[in-house]
Amino acid sequence: MRRSVSIAVLTVAVVIGVGTVDVGQKDLLASAQQKPETTEVKIDNFSFGPGTLAIPVGTTVTWTNRDDIPHTVVSTDGVFKSKVLDTDEKFAYTFSKVGTYPYFCSIHPKMTGKVIVQ
Amino acid sequence: MAAKSKDEILHDHNDDGIDRRGFLKCMAWAGTGALCVMSGGVLKSYSLSRLPGLSPKEAMGELSFVQISDSHMGFNKPANPDVAGTLKAAVDKINALPAAPEFMLHTGDISHLSKPEEFDTVDQILKSAKPKDVFYVPGEHDVLNDDGKQFLERYGKGSKDGGWYSFDKKGAHFIGLVNVMNLKAGGLGTLGHEQLEWLEDDVKHLKHSTPIVVFAHIPLWSVYPEWGWGTEDSAQALAYLKKFGSVTVLNGHIHQTMQKVEGNVTFHTAASTAFPQPQPGKADSPGPMKVPAEQLKSVLGITDVNFVQGQHALAVVDSTLA
Repeated sequence: MRRSVSIAVLTVAVVIGVGTVDVGQKDLLASAQQKPETTEVKIDNFSFGPGTLAIPVGTTVTWTNRDDIPHTVVSTDGVFKSKVLDTDEKFAYTFSKVGTYPYFCSIHPKMTGKVIVQ
Repeated sequence: MAAKSKDEILHDHNDDGIDRRGFLKCMAWAGTGALCVMSGGVLKSYSLSRLPGLSPKEAMGELSFVQISDSHMGFNKPANPDVAGTLKAAVDKINALPAAPEFMLHTGDISHLSKPEEFDTVDQILKSAKPKDVFYVPGEHDVLNDDGKQFLERYGKGSKDGGWYSFDKKGAHFIGLVNVMNLKAGGLGTLGHEQLEWLEDDVKHLKHSTPIVVFAHIPLWSVYPEWGWGTEDSAQALAYLKKFGSVTVLNGHIHQTMQKVEGNVTFHTAASTAFPQPQPGKADSPGPMKVPAEQLKSVLGITDVNFVQGQHALAVVDSTLA
């Protein structure tokens, strides 16, 4: 079970990372010495938890949909965009630049969250 | 020990809070739609679950049609593991009406995940309904991943680029609107400038006595904005309809029946054929209600809604067959 989950995360991360392969690889190299950071955001009851997340540069954030209803994770500024996540599906994105990244569920736009990269 | 309550779960083989009897009761609830009857230019809406008391004359009127909604084909969670079965149950009820309705409206969320096979299954089931014409508007679940391209290819013939359209039946003017596209962070359903302009133009030359029926997925009135149950720019749309003597607005999305009268405008939301959702603010989120036995009664049939927003009680009425 654990193995299949991490493969899923990896697959999503690879697919999503296609446009930013260079940056992603540099990050991986850089963070190889510093231990790569990963953080989770859970989607429960039509909300992102934690709603605001502060992370260091280079952290990979993984969102997991734990609702019975599909959700998406879409950057308000167009920086990242997940496919539709059905129950237990995941989306991962590696933040390689400092900044504030607001995002929302494009299906249920009342669901909003924010990632602060320091 | 007190006698067992009627709704207590007797056999729960899957430990999912639902036994066979409970599921069938859920189906009895879920296999619903609304029969809409236009009489004297005024539209009345009846739950398909309460039809046995309706006389053929009442069921006919000048024009009758059926609204079904939120089939969510592909949904398979405990709240309803058989959404195809409950949609078939709705079709059976439609086919048992004393007079066949002219046509059907489907107010969106036909599919759960916008998968082609989900749309195919719904199309197949609805083929067995007596009314042959079905008019659709998309729900947010029908336009996932492709900005509605697939929906428009399947159901958008004769509609504008954005999927909205109008048609006339027996003197009544029907308007199908799309309010599930380009949703903005933190916002509600949206009609958008282009659609509003089209609407203004579409109704400009109609006589004020023309009965108007508007249908869209997300409610065009503020049912509960905290859960996204409303449409940002619906006030503008309704302003264009102010001059008409009879306006009916039909929506889905909230998986429960509500009615509200405001001046010449009557708002109705239809039940889902798939699964119930909680009353506004009565749960942590608008997710599917998993029909535990003790809650089942509240989702069977139509529940009167006394929703109070701030100091203003909404005049939500429940149309009965009595």
